[in-house]
Amino acid sequence: MLQGINLACVRGDRRLFKAVNFTLEAGGLMQVHGPNGSGKTSLLRMLCGLSSPALGEIIWCGTSIHDLKGEYFANLTYIGHLSGTKDDLTVLENLRVSSALAGERVSEAQARDALAHMGLNGREFLPAKVLSQGQRRRVALARLLVCKTKLWILDEPLAALDVIAVQLIQELLERHLAEKGLVVMTTHQAIDVAAASTVHLRLL
Amino acid sequence: MFFWIIQRDLLLAVRRRSDVLTTLFFFVIVVSLFPLSIGPEMNLLRTMAPGVVWVAALLASMLSLGRLFSSDYLDGTLEQMLLSSQSLSILVLGKALAHWLVTGVPLALMAPVLGIQYDLSVDALLVLVISLLLGTPVLSLIGAIGAALTLGLRGGGVLVSLLVLPLYIPVLIFGAGAVEANMAGVSYDAHLSLLGAFLLVSLVLAPWATAASLRVSLE
Repeated sequence: MLQGINLACVRGDRRLFKAVNFTLEAGGLMQVHGPNGSGKTSLLRMLCGLSSPALGEIIWCGTSIHDLKGEYFANLTYIGHLSGTKDDLTVLENLRVSSALAGERVSEAQARDALAHMGLNGREFLPAKVLSQGQRRRVALARLLVCKTKLWILDEPLAALDVIAVQLIQELLERHLAEKGLVVMTTHQAIDVAAASTVHLRLL
Repeated sequence: MFFWIIQRDLLLAVRRRSDVLTTLFFFVIVVSLFPLSIGPEMNLLRTMAPGVVWVAALLASMLSLGRLFSSDYLDGTLEQMLLSSQSLSILVLGKALAHWLVTGVPLALMAPVLGIQYDLSVDALLVLVISLLLGTPVLSLIGAIGAALTLGLRGGGVLVSLLVLPLYIPVLIFGAGAVEANMAGVSYDAHLSLLGAFLLVSLVLAPWATAASLRVSLE
């Protein structure tokens, strides 16, 4: 379904990686490994279509994502380093607004359920600025519960999360993969996600 | 989606009232400084009034441009907007409209009160408000292009004024011109029609140009 052919990334006059090839089928998980500065985030942003590869092509269901644009974005949820939470909005508003941006209208009850599942029960009406890093991360990740997209691209989803939250995310990923979803993620933490097929991509 | 984004930006503006109020007070103070420094020379003040009010409106609306995209950029919301399956131009149009509602509209409503200091007639004040209501959305739309181009640059605030102020000149000329024409007793329809034309052109072209600049800035 998602295929990368001969991808290369150039930043300034430095080549971060070249000749990256992978194929990810429905229900497949791709973990991107590599030391800091090896281009993991650049690769994920490329897969999202936020930047274009210096060389090569990214194919989604047989068509280049460059030609699909909006149609591809409708299938995609990207959670990057920046969580996209607004300090001045409450937790509940944050989730509803970010889901609406992704094209998913979420009712208040649905949003509260998702937040409760992420362990943010009773904090729905707090402004996001008083949350800790880990809690902000949970708010951002709660979007995975309400958005019904096929491809999840997650950049360091486990950063700042505690053991219980990591467990939650693992279950969430496994459920998504069991429902024939696709996950591309980077992480420095050890996480053992059961998937129909797992691709390990190592950047040098 | 269009209304969602307007609703969100208005909600954020309500939560951060200080941002809205600083722009408005900047406008009030700049306009009030002139009568204080020049003294009670009615004829001189009357001639100056349209120009001064319009220049102050340009500066005030420019002052708030920095915030248009920067907070969304810093917290990652802008990335999500780029990944929305909706057209980015529509989102940008919504943001520019919300920007106008929180900066342009208060300026236009405040202008007649400030115009009294310049001894403007009721007719002239009315034309001033109409010209501001037609002209300030153009400022927000053109300003959005500049804000998108300078996103994430150091010293972007100064750069944005250098980029955007020259583009504001036609709006300034016809906006202030409409009020002057009214005070001179000639028809000001042409000025307002031209302002309306600027508005229509920028409504069509500016969101598209802003969306393209945002994609470049975030690459």
